[in-house]
Order: sequence, then C-alpha cells, then structure tokens
Amino acid sequence: MKAIAARRWIVGLLAIVVSAIVFLVPFAFIILTAAKSAPEASQLQFSWPTEWMLWENIATVLSTRNGLVIRAFVNSAVLTVVSVAVTVVLAAMVGYVVQRRHSRWNQVVNVFILAGLIVPPAVVPTIWVLQGLGLFKTLPGLILIEATFGLAFCILLFRAFVATIPRELDEAAMLDGAGPIRLFFQVILPLLRPVVVTVIVIQSVAVFNDFAGPLYFLPGDDNATVQLTLYNFQSQSVNQYNLLFADILLITIPPLVLYIFFNRQIVAGMTSGAVKG
Amino acid sequence: MPNFYPSWFLIPAGVLFLVFFAIPTFASFYFSLTRWTLFDVEFIGFDNFVQFFAEEQLVTSFVNTFIYGAVTSVAKVVFGMALGLLLSSQLVGRGYLRSVIFFPVLVSTIGIGLTFKVLLDPFDGVVNATLSVLGIEGPGWLIDPSIALLTVAAIDVWKGIGIATLIYIAGIVAIPQEYVEAARVDGAGSWAIFRSLTFPLLWPATGTVIILSLIGGLRSFDLIWATTRGGPGFTSDVIGSVIYKQYQAGFYGLSTAGNVVLFVVVSAIMIPLYIFINRRSVES
Repeated sequence: MKAIAARRWIVGLLAIVVSAIVFLVPFAFIILTAAKSAPEASQLQFSWPTEWMLWENIATVLSTRNGLVIRAFVNSAVLTVVSVAVTVVLAAMVGYVVQRRHSRWNQVVNVFILAGLIVPPAVVPTIWVLQGLGLFKTLPGLILIEATFGLAFCILLFRAFVATIPRELDEAAMLDGAGPIRLFFQVILPLLRPVVVTVIVIQSVAVFNDFAGPLYFLPGDDNATVQLTLYNFQSQSVNQYNLLFADILLITIPPLVLYIFFNRQIVAGMTSGAVKG
Repeated sequence: MPNFYPSWFLIPAGVLFLVFFAIPTFASFYFSLTRWTLFDVEFIGFDNFVQFFAEEQLVTSFVNTFIYGAVTSVAKVVFGMALGLLLSSQLVGRGYLRSVIFFPVLVSTIGIGLTFKVLLDPFDGVVNATLSVLGIEGPGWLIDPSIALLTVAAIDVWKGIGIATLIYIAGIVAIPQEYVEAARVDGAGSWAIFRSLTFPLLWPATGTVIILSLIGGLRSFDLIWATTRGGPGFTSDVIGSVIYKQYQAGFYGLSTAGNVVLFVVVSAIMIPLYIFINRRSVES
C-alpha cells in the first residue's frame, strides 16, 4: 500500500511540475511582459520586470487612439450579450418542440443541426446577403450572424435536457388553462435553468473570442471588437510588446472570471455527448 | 384545444438559419462558378476550380488542410486519452491539473497565437533561449517552411487538449469498476486491461474527440492567421487562410470556390466518419 501511495505522490508532483512549465509559463509570460517597460519587453525574456508598470501599461492601452480598446470592449459586450440571448431563446424553443412533438419537421431540423455543426460558413456569399439587407459592417448584422452560428450546438443541448422534464408538467399546466406561450415561457423555460446557464457560458466565451466573424462581417476600426484590436495592435506597433501583452491580459480576464464562477457548467456543456456518443 | 407544441416555435430560428446560413451556402455553389467583384458577376464555369488545383499555392493549402486536421486530431486522441487516464487515477493535485489543462480552451485564439509567436521567436524567444542553455539549437519554429505548419498544429493541440481530456475523463468514469476488477481477478495485467477493456469501451469518447478535432482542424483559420499568416511564403496556408487572402485581394469568386472546396472536403470526411463512428458505438 505504501508503494502505491508513494507512486501517487511522485506521479502527481511530476505532473504538477510539467503542467506548470507547459501550461502556466505562457500565462506568466503574458503577465510579466504586460508589466514591463517597452525596451525591456522587447527583449522577449521570461524575467521579473525591473520596474512593475502593469497599471501604467493597461491605462496606456485603454487610452490609445481615443479609447479604441474601451469602445471595443463595449462592442464585444453588446455583441456577446444580445447574440447569446437570441440564441438561447430561439434554440430553447426549437429544442422543446422537437423533443415534445414528432412531426415531419423533425427530420428537417436534424439535417439543419448536422449541417450547422459541420459545414463551414460560406464567407463572401454571407457578406452578399448582409449587404442586400443593409446589415454589412453593422453590429446588428454581426449579432444575427453569431446568433445563427450558435444555434445548432445549443439546440442539441436543449433537446437533450427537455427530455428529462416530465410531460405531466405540461399537461398540468394545460389543465390550469395556460396557453402554449405561457406554458413554454413560464413553466418550461424556468425548469431549463441549468442548461440555460451552460449554454450562456459556453456561447459567451465562443462569441467573445470569435475572430473570423468580426474580421469578415464587421471590419474597420470604428466598431472593432476586442479580438480585432488585439490583431490590429500587433500589426501596428511591433515594438510595444508590453502594450500588446497588456491587451492580451485584458482580453483574457472575462473568460477567466466566467471559468472561476461557472467551472461546473462549462465542463458539463463541453463534455456532453462524450458518454452517449 | 390549441396545439401545445406549436410548429411556429421553429420559425424564428429557421428564418435565421435560412437567411444567414442556408442561402449563403447554396449561393456559394453559384458564385464559385463566377468571376465576382464588388460590382459585377460573370459566369466562367469551372475556371476557379481549375485554378485552385493548378496553382501551387492553392494546392499546398489543400494538402495542408488534411495534414493539419489529421495531425491535430491524432495528437488530441493520444494526449487526451493519456491525460484522461492519468487524471482519473488517484493523484495528488488532480483538481489543479484539470483546471490548468482546461483553461487555455477558454482563452482567445488570437491572444494565444500572438503569445506563442513571441515565445517561439527563433532568436530571442523563451523556448529557444531555454534550449540553448541546455546546449540544443532550437529550430525556427514558425519561420522554417518545413515545420511551420506542424508548429501551429502543436499550438492548436496545446490549446484544445483540455476538451479532449475532459471528454476522456467523462468516458473513463462511466466504465463500470466491476469490469476492471473482474479482468484483474482473471489475471489480466494493466496493458491487457487497457487494450481489451478500457480502449474499446472508450470508443464513444474517442469518436467524439475525433469528430470535434476534425471539425475544428479542417476549418482552422484564426490560429494560423495569428501565428504565420500562411507563411513563410505559403507553406503553412490552409483552405481557411486562402479564402481570406483571396477575399482580401478582391477575388470573391475564387475565395468562394475555396469555400466550396472546403465544404466538399469537410462533408466527404465528416459524413462517412460520423456514420462509421455511430455504428461502432452501437456495436460496442
């Protein structure tokens, strides 16, 4: 028994050391570089800053070019909140009806889900559609795009969860005189809370981190999202690694906060489908 | 008596899906056969596709897409399974290890790409500086044409291994302990248990990891664009980056043809694989 316990410790400690080198050093590097002066940061070394300038650098990042990064954070926040809200409500409605009622539409929905999961979006034709609707290069246009791209995965999660809610509840609500809309929004949707939280967290991270969407459908500095500022930062100021990494650090904070508070939901959502196959 | 599961609940999502996904996808088949600028469209038949498979740069991107998809998904299966087995055993610091391995999944791909671009700088980068202390001359990770694509794939694996690991942990936890104990009573060693018990029972997890990695790997664009932009030259271009480059250059028809090629590649791989994996899962 003693040998097994010793092995647990040795393997565990070894794994901790290796994981620290492989996974923590890059993040430590981001923080350390974000805290350096420009000349020191440009040496690209993994070292303690001689002078700790983290707040100054963050302030500089936020104030450059008339607060472009702040505006980008506002844009990203609006984009994330609105598109995720749309996705959640629409996907829940579809998942609910498809699970409860067997109609010929279910086959169509299945094909759409599979296509939505695997087919890469056709970029330029999507721009063509957006242009036709007058939505190209607008935030509402990108919101609708992100909401659409999230639907397939979210419908899957909702459909699986609705199956765990007993139909007797529907019948009880109907006997009490609730209509279909009240039944869904006041009885079913509140019961879907656990999966709603999962969907919100996963979709938020996906939309917030999305780069290709804003790059194609919302180009230009005026309404840039945070991922684009990062990318533009890198193309413009090659020598200001401290500012680049301060920006990376800022952009890493929202997902980190979500991870700390919603660890369990994120894991549940990401691994759904692992066991049932 | 009203219908309590109204079909119109499908309509809002259906409209979005139709307008922003299905119509562009169908339109792409037409536009891929045209010379298309902002202002006019000229039908030119299969010229774009002929060009796609004639120009060396575009052929390279086609081949690279397969390499990238295959390398990342195989690596995620191998490392994900190893880490899953490790982290579902009794181990000191298990919770910490799971969190640390998973966190990069949630971080911006562009941020990670730019960070590794600096870490892997051939002259001053932390990785090569460390290697030179050990007396090893590190390669030009992202600027050597022969390994740039593989370096990007490695960063992709670094970022995505957390999902694969979690999927395997969920699969391993679902294996009934009695099976393992019964096999042990019958005198099976660790390797025999893994080969003829754990591995086959993990097939659903393996299938999920392969499907997820291939969907991401074949369509990848962000990470390549943040690290090499398809370079040096066009040696690490994939179809995703060619679509963007042709779009930027104003060749909308050619860009859309790239989209159609990607569509065909992804469907031709994913649909048979999906059917195959589902059948295997049902059998085991």
